[in-house]
Amino acid sequence: MRQPADKRDRGFLAFLALFAGLYVALILGMLVADATYTTPRDLLNALESEEIRYAAKLSLTSSTITALLSVWFAVPIGYLLSRTEFTGKSFVDGVLDIPIVLPPMVIGLSLLILFQSPLGEAIESQVPVTYRVPSVILAQFAVSCAFAVRTMRVTFDQLPVRPEQVALTLGASRAQAFWRVTLPQAGGGALSAGLLAWARALGEFGPILVFSGATRMKTEVLPSTVWLELSTGNLEAAVAVSLLMVLAAITVLVTARALGVRRGW
Amino acid sequence: MVICFDSVALNQGDFHLSNVSFEVPAGAYAVLMGPTGCGKTTVLELLCGLRAPLIGKIHLDGADVTKLSPAARGVGYVPQDGALFPKLTVGEQIGFALRVRRAPEAEVVARVAELGELLGVGHLLGRSPHGLSGGERQRVALGRALAFRPKVLCLDEPLGALDEDMHGEMCALLKSIHAESGVTALHVTHSANEAEELATQLLRFESGSIRTSTPRENER
Repeated sequence: MRQPADKRDRGFLAFLALFAGLYVALILGMLVADATYTTPRDLLNALESEEIRYAAKLSLTSSTITALLSVWFAVPIGYLLSRTEFTGKSFVDGVLDIPIVLPPMVIGLSLLILFQSPLGEAIESQVPVTYRVPSVILAQFAVSCAFAVRTMRVTFDQLPVRPEQVALTLGASRAQAFWRVTLPQAGGGALSAGLLAWARALGEFGPILVFSGATRMKTEVLPSTVWLELSTGNLEAAVAVSLLMVLAAITVLVTARALGVRRGW
Repeated sequence: MVICFDSVALNQGDFHLSNVSFEVPAGAYAVLMGPTGCGKTTVLELLCGLRAPLIGKIHLDGADVTKLSPAARGVGYVPQDGALFPKLTVGEQIGFALRVRRAPEAEVVARVAELGELLGVGHLLGRSPHGLSGGERQRVALGRALAFRPKVLCLDEPLGALDEDMHGEMCALLKSIHAESGVTALHVTHSANEAEELATQLLRFESGSIRTSTPRENER
């Protein structure tokens, strides 16, 4: 005899909950392990170090600049891919995925080589990039922007095209229809794209290590700090800095989400 | 304004439209009927310039508009379910066409107020479209399309989602707007009642082509 439907449904829901529970437990477990390994004293010590304060400041500012730049690029690219057909579109689409699938070290190495080419040297002669702060932002941007582009593409794909078409019949140019009708609807997507780009940029390590180095008080960002502290055997400081990054990420996520909810995104 | 389709054909993936020819005289209220999926909405999109025909010509008052952009055609469009702009207030939607034309703000405000009153949505001007009823959405979409005084108005099942009371009311409203403005209307519907009530000309998709008749002919 078959079981009643609600009993069978309970089994299915339990199956879903089991996997959700396992993964959530893994994530929380990692955070709890960090938090219990370190003491408030370790955190304060980390914050008292001038080098770590510099790294934190550079991490936060470079990630924010990267996130803004990424959204600035991702909005037009995402819209172009979502709303237009052109020759070579699938090629462009494929190229835009390269930073997502390429190993991070390879991205750093490629940037380093690019800036040793004649073009790169011409840029370097005007604005020094390699092993300096601009290289940190460029290394972060090279990866983060690809994630922002994907998010914006999906955002525009999900927005109905009809209101935009109506705007055209009302006398709007394509640019006016985009600015006045479509872009205001994409606020939530742009916020998600920015947050994703920001989080990727904050955690960026490999490309920065290769392209910018990890020079203290110069190009050291928080992930480099973790690596530097670990390599000198200072596990407490490494964990404390990791926790700082977790706290910074949570603060930005919660603040941005609250802002988004208030604005109806 | 006379609407004229001359042997228009279109290929869009699996969808084909071939040899569509018809003419709607200036000031007529044409109702286009036909089975689901036969291309009624596509005809409206072709007229508005949202799709380009593969072959054939579209004329408005004798002028070839086949290659004109939607903005240059001056055809008012009320799509199915309104397709209101989600982030603009009702007043901003109605004033949209005049604002993109850089009309003086006083003129925009006056026209929005006038249409708000005419369509019975004057009390909603400051509201976002979110939470409007089906009838209200259609009225706002109609006001938005009428704001720039188009000579041609395309309506895609504007009464489809309305209850019976609202249906009658909207029918009367469309009739009076048509009589007052003298706009040439092309109205797509499934409902024979709607056609009977509104049409001065009937267009019917029959085996791939459009047959034109007057309502009286139709009754016989």
